[in-house]
Amino acid sequence: MNLPRIIFKGKLTGTEKLYNFFATLSGLTIFTMEFFKYVFTPPFEIAEIKKHMNELGVKTFPIVSITGLIIGLVITMQSQPTMQRFGATDFLPAMVSISVIRELGPVITALIFAGRVSSGIGAELGSMRVTEQIDAMEVSAINPFKYLVVTRVIATTLILPILTIYVIMIAIFGGYIAVIITENMNFAYYQSSVINAVQFGDLIPGITKTFVFGFIVGIVGAYKGYTADGGTEGVGKASTTSVVLSSLLILIFDTILVKVTLWIWPTI
Amino acid sequence: MDMADNIIVKVENLSKGFDGFPVLDDVSLSVNKGENLVVFGKSGTGKSVLLKCIIGLMKPEEGRVFVHGADVLNIPLKELNEIRKNIGFLFQGAALYDSMSVRQNLEFPLKRHFNYSQKEIDSKIHRALEVVSLTEAVDKMPSELSGGMKKRIGLARSIITEPQLMLYDEPTTGLDPITSKEISELIINLQNQFRMTSIVVTHDLMCAKIIADRAIFLKEGKVAYEGSIDSLTGSKDKFLINFFSYDLVKES
Repeated sequence: MNLPRIIFKGKLTGTEKLYNFFATLSGLTIFTMEFFKYVFTPPFEIAEIKKHMNELGVKTFPIVSITGLIIGLVITMQSQPTMQRFGATDFLPAMVSISVIRELGPVITALIFAGRVSSGIGAELGSMRVTEQIDAMEVSAINPFKYLVVTRVIATTLILPILTIYVIMIAIFGGYIAVIITENMNFAYYQSSVINAVQFGDLIPGITKTFVFGFIVGIVGAYKGYTADGGTEGVGKASTTSVVLSSLLILIFDTILVKVTLWIWPTI
Repeated sequence: MDMADNIIVKVENLSKGFDGFPVLDDVSLSVNKGENLVVFGKSGTGKSVLLKCIIGLMKPEEGRVFVHGADVLNIPLKELNEIRKNIGFLFQGAALYDSMSVRQNLEFPLKRHFNYSQKEIDSKIHRALEVVSLTEAVDKMPSELSGGMKKRIGLARSIITEPQLMLYDEPTTGLDPITSKEISELIINLQNQFRMTSIVVTHDLMCAKIIADRAIFLKEGKVAYEGSIDSLTGSKDKFLINFFSYDLVKES
């Protein structure tokens, strides 16, 4: 795999920054193609994938739980006065659940996941690169791309949808807590309002795009770490730029996927 | 056995540069079976680059590298990996996998390339750790080891598959003189025990004196001097006198 070289130095000129932008873009494309080249070839490293799903995914549950609860609470508390003005507080459960399922749940979970996981992958692989651990794997006749990159990207792609479904449930529960504080609404009514409001068509696009977001988080972190250069400073840069680039790509792809969703299901 | 069979590594007219700056310039050398070749040179003269080109980690701009007769720079990755299984590489910083314990570091190549039973793997791990006198470190993590211990474990990991060719990248750098001597003696013992061929990149004269059958000196990307350690240290060349005088002071 021949990746374009990124210029690493203290101060970059405008031309060098432009070069690095296009080098990153083309490098990431080549890196993604390399992923698809290896993902379907054995050995499939199932044990490693499980390990990373645990390390990168399961350990993210505490932070996303808090985030989910706060999203639900805050949206409901912010919307309640306006809804009350129009006498529409009965619609609070529907509003909270649809906004969380369609947009806020997937995007905010992905951004939190990017902050925790993409930077972690970038730092870990970057550190392995600068301490020659990746070279050591290569000289031992082991394909480091398959062992280190493919397994992590598969893990992030599979775990983010699960985290998102969990966050959505927690956020809806957070909405209920806010509702019982301000409104005289029981859980059965809240629950039936949510179930009546949410359609299958709301769930599918929201959850489907999290596979794309999970892939972005994994591939960007792995790319930045795998191509890290310049010692410990390079590892730091790999970690930081992983979060920035993956967050940016999540938002760009979210816009594209919303457009695609509306094109496929115009009634949503 | 004819002459060609006896040559394990052959480097022909190797040139490699970075950002337009030449590091290796038309380097040629060969290493015979069972021989220990020491590569000397100042920092930045391409010693490590030479090792990385030999094992196919770096692609040179020009030249060819033959290991066991195979043109390592022009063969498919699958064939190159078959050759790599027969080569051990000790990195300057040992390059132990941080996320794995010593045991996992050692069993990693065994589990991936061979069909040994767990009992056989355990016995190989024990034997490799015995060779480097660190059997007690088997369940430690790399972060719990000192620099010298890391080098020893790195060495144990490199020899566990019993390779025919060993490449050492500055095996004693950053170590105190006593540990340096121990590592150097360990290398020569391994060579005698497993009849390995070795290329050792170093600028540690004491290490070279213990290990070397023959030495070359890289200067400005070229093989400037070649011969026995005694002929290099006893040379009247001003550059060599300067280079080795520092090491001699250290030794004394």
